[in-house]
Amino acid sequence: MSQTTRHPGLNLGSKHQSADDQAETEVFGFWVFMMSDAILFGLLMATYVVMRPNTNGGPGPQELFELKSIFIETMLLLTSSVAIGFSHLALKHEPRPVKMVLWLLIAMALALTFVGFEIHDFLKMFSEGGTPQRSGFLSSFFALVPLHGLHVTFSCLWAVAILGQMLVYGLDDRVKLSMVRLAVLWHFLDIVWIGIFSIVYIGGLA
Amino acid sequence: MNTWSSIWGFPFGRLTLDALPVTDIVRADGRTELLSGITGTAAAGMAVLGFVVVVILITVKGWWRPLWSEWLTSVDHKKIGIMYIVFSFVMLARALAEAFVMRSQQVVGHDGGGIVMPDHFAQLFTTHGTIMIFFMAMPFLTGMINFVMPLQIGARDVAFPVLNSVSLMLTIAGGLILMISLVLEPFSTGGWSGYPPYTEAAYNPGAGPDYWIWAVTLSSIGSTFTGLNFAVTIYKKRCPGMKLMRMPLFTWTSLCTSILMIFAMPPLTIATALLALDRYMGFHFFTNGGGGNMMNYANLFWLFGHPEVYILILPAFGVWSEVFSTFSGKTLYGYTALVIATMAIAVLSFTVWVHHFFTMGQSANLNAAFGIATMTIGVPTGVKIYDWMLTMFRGRVRISVPMLYAIAFLFLFTIGGLSGIILANPSVDYQVHNTLFLVAHFHNMLIPGLLYGMIAGYTMWFPKAFGFRLDEKWGYRAAWCWILGFMGAFFPLYVLGLMGMPRRMSGYFSGQWLPWTIIALGGAVLILAGFLALIVQLWVSVRDRKRLAVPVGDPWDGRSLEWGIPAPAPEWNFPSLPRVEGRDAFATLKASGHDLGPPEDGFEDIWLPKNAAFGPVIGALGTALAFTLTWYMWWAVLPLAALVPLVIIAQGFRRDTEKRVPAEEVRKEWRAFRELAARTPRVPRTSEYTRDNRGHAIPMSQEATR
Ligand SMILES: [Cu+2]
Repeated sequence: MSQTTRHPGLNLGSKHQSADDQAETEVFGFWVFMMSDAILFGLLMATYVVMRPNTNGGPGPQELFELKSIFIETMLLLTSSVAIGFSHLALKHEPRPVKMVLWLLIAMALALTFVGFEIHDFLKMFSEGGTPQRSGFLSSFFALVPLHGLHVTFSCLWAVAILGQMLVYGLDDRVKLSMVRLAVLWHFLDIVWIGIFSIVYIGGLA
Repeated sequence: MNTWSSIWGFPFGRLTLDALPVTDIVRADGRTELLSGITGTAAAGMAVLGFVVVVILITVKGWWRPLWSEWLTSVDHKKIGIMYIVFSFVMLARALAEAFVMRSQQVVGHDGGGIVMPDHFAQLFTTHGTIMIFFMAMPFLTGMINFVMPLQIGARDVAFPVLNSVSLMLTIAGGLILMISLVLEPFSTGGWSGYPPYTEAAYNPGAGPDYWIWAVTLSSIGSTFTGLNFAVTIYKKRCPGMKLMRMPLFTWTSLCTSILMIFAMPPLTIATALLALDRYMGFHFFTNGGGGNMMNYANLFWLFGHPEVYILILPAFGVWSEVFSTFSGKTLYGYTALVIATMAIAVLSFTVWVHHFFTMGQSANLNAAFGIATMTIGVPTGVKIYDWMLTMFRGRVRISVPMLYAIAFLFLFTIGGLSGIILANPSVDYQVHNTLFLVAHFHNMLIPGLLYGMIAGYTMWFPKAFGFRLDEKWGYRAAWCWILGFMGAFFPLYVLGLMGMPRRMSGYFSGQWLPWTIIALGGAVLILAGFLALIVQLWVSVRDRKRLAVPVGDPWDGRSLEWGIPAPAPEWNFPSLPRVEGRDAFATLKASGHDLGPPEDGFEDIWLPKNAAFGPVIGALGTALAFTLTWYMWWAVLPLAALVPLVIIAQGFRRDTEKRVPAEEVRKEWRAFRELAARTPRVPRTSEYTRDNRGHAIPMSQEATR
């Protein structure tokens, strides 16, 4: 492949043409993977919309959802995405990885706080009788929202693995490639959350 | 049993001695139950015996090491393709045996009784359907694409070779679960589509549906990765000059199939995962009560299920395109039309899924819309049929084995397509749904379409994989058995369906059905003979491999890039990446007399991916997880589940992943190949099936002027 066809942002700063070509293939492949993942989330959201009225006499969105905590979660997640963005920029422009690691740690801290808030919300829902076994509505809620949380948790685990690789190998091409893909995943999860926020929470309360 | 073991399921979970099919014999009460127990035990015994024989053979021959280091851990797309196809043949053998037992039951089950109990019969049609779709058809076409597509686009390998190995091993893991379920019963009785609420815990609390859920989930994840891998390969790994509209048709259909896999496998994963949540954790997605709704499942499953039909058929369409043009000695007629038709079919396939449940209570208008959408698929498919016929027109047609299948396909597939148009009409569908008419229809599409296509492709590309042709005499025998056997086995089912015989029936009392079931059994026997003929063919061909050798690699006067390299193809595929000027790349080179490849000074070092144990390890973990989940062995489930991310992280730490092939070695092999080609006489097409054919074809264009 010629250099002219490369998409912006895929230059790893490496001297080797082959590493850059590899970056293009891997990041493109990861985007395709995200498309497949988007289908998963899209279908679960559709299922939620269909199941939304099936409360089976149990608690509905009005009783269970608390907008304040959802708003805080949203802010946490969006900010963590900004942090990942800075980390990504540092990867591209800074010769030394200090800033990149710092921003990555901030992003992780924000994301894990998000997960903490989410777990807190779920436990509160449980205590109010909102368990997944209670109704079709709650089943569809608990298949969709925690799956997103699980994705966020595994993204953080991936970040730890990347940091581990940096300790062993330094900032080599593999680490850079993983960072680029992690950033894609992180932003993707943001988009999915916007969907969840609008369809599940706002849509549920409307 | 103490509390600890019941919570943790230690060590066997809910697995007891009852799971062994022998207990059916011991507890049998009456003749049919006894026969049913014997049938089950015999099948299980064959599986165990086969396994033991293979293990002993490998040990005696000392094949463990090469098996591991040259095959199981290989990330070479050609070897992965071959492993896929070997696996699909094994699964085909089992599913055919089941089909034979089912057909026999429907003959002897007249007036009650027979050789298998209804519950056992239900397991048979469930495993038969599940295996044929997920573990025979999908691996066969995935293997075919794996082997052929990278060669056709002039690539060294697929985009993600290790992921490719993971996909294979996940598919094999699902197949292992199915083989285990033969020995530790029961399997699901819910059909290949596994409809809840019948497969819910309330009605089916045993291990059966859980086996099904995990086997299907493993293979669907594998297929998602496969689609991703192939699509990225075709987008990013084409050799210089291989523009999209220059790609061979098989590559085009591979691309569309891959896109379908990326978008159609996730609905299946969702469907099985939600069913698992229902069964394992008491969720209410598809249950009767609690706010569940089965229609969610119907929609999710068929959002996968209908595109799946085209995942299955498109690669075969690709094979047919190559077969018709190669064995007619002509450029493919209507290339652009075929590409557009392929894409149209891929898009339309997502718009028709409701035709799988016309009778489930939606409005007549909705049914009408989906009925019309369904019928429109006939248009691009018709375009293809005409293009293939016109490719033969004024060509020099050779009725080779693949061509025999191809011509049978044209006739039989058209009949199947017409019965599909009939079924697409909702009012007709109300009459014949859930009868054998439907069974006849989809077998009519999948056997002449998919299976003949795959066997034709196997016959055509076998020499490229192993360096020798398949014996033609046995090839014709197999083809005739498959063609006549199919007609015998499935045309009677159209009649039975119109007479009102429901599908999935183990016994009946209507005397007028009996003669047709006997004819169908006769057809099944012929199909079985066809399969045996394929096995004999393989045996005979391996024995006579010297006589059948085609080392120069172009036995059929092929038209695309893969025919320009030696047979078997070297690990690096191409000594240097080809440069393509137009369609039918290799045919053009031959016509201009430049078919012996690049000049010798243009070689560079080649980097190839190193073997990886990652795939087999993930496959083993997948099998173990699925098995322990099925039998509730929670003490093992938790550590196994934790191991999966750990193994993935460990894989991320691998750095030394590539090996270098020095330019000198490539040059030496290529020089040897050119010398071989120079001293191997070229053969005309009339000698294609003689021992003169050493794989050095006289191009059709030059032969005509001699
Ligand atoms: Cu369909």
